Amino acid sequence: MALYSEKVMEHFRHPQNVGTIENADGVGEVGNPVCGDIMKIYLKIEGDVIADVKFETFGCGSAIASSSMATEMIKGKKLSEALAVTNKAVAEALDGLPAHKMHCSVLAEEAIKSAIKDYYDKNGIAYEASDFPDPSHGEHA
Amino acid sequence: MIYADNAATTKLSRPVIDAMLACMEEDYGNPSALYAFGQRAKEKLEEARARIAACLNAEPREIYFTSGGSEADNQAILSAAHLGERKGKKHIISTSFEHHAVLHTLQKLERQGFRVTLLDVHENGVLLPEQVEEAIREDTCLVTVMFANNEIGTIQPIAQIGKICRERGVPFHTDAVQAAGHLPIDVKAQAIDMLSLSAHKFHGPKGIGALYVRRGVYLEPLVEGGAQERGRRAGTENLPAVVGMAVALEESCAAMRENAEKLTFLRDRLIAELEEIPYCELNGDREKRLPGNVSFCFEGIEGESLLLLLDDKGVCASSGSACTSGSLDPSHVLLAIGRKHEVAHGSLRLTLGEEMTEGTIDEIARSVREVVTYLRGISPFWRDLQSGKREHIFKE
Repeated sequence: MALYSEKVMEHFRHPQNVGTIENADGVGEVGNPVCGDIMKIYLKIEGDVIADVKFETFGCGSAIASSSMATEMIKGKKLSEALAVTNKAVAEALDGLPAHKMHCSVLAEEAIKSAIKDYYDKNGIAYEASDFPDPSHGEHA
Repeated sequence: MIYADNAATTKLSRPVIDAMLACMEEDYGNPSALYAFGQRAKEKLEEARARIAACLNAEPREIYFTSGGSEADNQAILSAAHLGERKGKKHIISTSFEHHAVLHTLQKLERQGFRVTLLDVHENGVLLPEQVEEAIREDTCLVTVMFANNEIGTIQPIAQIGKICRERGVPFHTDAVQAAGHLPIDVKAQAIDMLSLSAHKFHGPKGIGALYVRRGVYLEPLVEGGAQERGRRAGTENLPAVVGMAVALEESCAAMRENAEKLTFLRDRLIAELEEIPYCELNGDREKRLPGNVSFCFEGIEGESLLLLLDDKGVCASSGSACTSGSLDPSHVLLAIGRKHEVAHGSLRLTLGEEMTEGTIDEIARSVREVVTYLRGISPFWRDLQSGKREHIFKE
């Protein structure tokens, strides 16, 4: 069996929403170069809806595929819906990830949360701090 | 497909396949059997042993067949350690960038109370003989240093190390898995006491290797259960594989000079082409390296995605990134030569084959350039390097 599912390879080969957003309303970056993966997500927010989302990722195949899938899952969605996206949901949407690659989906979830938190912070919107746990900074579980 | 992972394994040569098929069809007898049919298999086995010994300037009785390089490394190291222990000598000298077959065996011995000194291999990945000289103690029972490194291809001063060890009366083992069939080996001139090799690295079959043990040097069995290999390795001999290994080693040694010249030319061409990509660096010494080894680190990208996209372009390669090593850290070899984690994740190893042409090299270089450029384009790490938010490690 191949390392990755067809779905992972599809998103890795043809990642959706790659790029940046000028003057993004929210930007989230997680991971670090020492660990070998960084994910950065840019949000354009209209009302409480994610009007546009872009990402940049430094990392392995599953990190790029997870970013692509996660951005697809939150595009056009309400912020509350985006906040409900879990790493498990990202991994399932990719038809699964190998056990040692699950942290890539964790990074994707954290990058989304970090970008939304940035938007809240910039706009003085109140939120429950407990909804935004500190990103793991790329530390692998 | 461009197969550029010849350090991982190689294609069987036609004569090797033919010899193995003939052996399987005609000589399936058990070499331990008494009847003539079995004895004919025994003769083939001993003939192969003699041919392999001749390639190393060893005596036939100094060659023991094993399942491959890893088993040979294990057996050599454990034998020397156990003999040392009986004499109260429990210190072993090696290097920080050995193959895991050596390093993990040494770690096992450390847990049993042995002391291991791992020598620094410097930025160029080449040990200095003086380091061995200085590290030898009264209680040193073994020096084990690889002939050539599997990831960065650097060649070690084996003959000088052998001489030092011989003078100091310390057994010297070398893991020559990457060297056999590619570099001249003369166990007498190089003062080698034990040497491991593996057939599939020189166009022979997988699952077979050999351990050379100089006459008089202690060797104990890892596998008990029979008198094969003079009691040092039980189990019915894999004659077709042994015969294939003998053919492969003879072929490789006969064509060594010609192959080395060709591969060195292609290697240097590929290195020159890849060096045109900004912010990358060659890993390991430029001169003291295996003829077919090209190893680079690229800033701003990760090795696994690089390999997957190269695969899509038909190029088979390897990397020492954490994601490809199956651990959290990038390759211990790259860390041993002082590469920082962030660039070691972006490593690429291309190991060339004799069938390649200049056209193949240009195609590899073009593919690598395209993939590196693409991955840097989607990398926030690369963006930070470009904007000056993070500092470049390599020069442009």
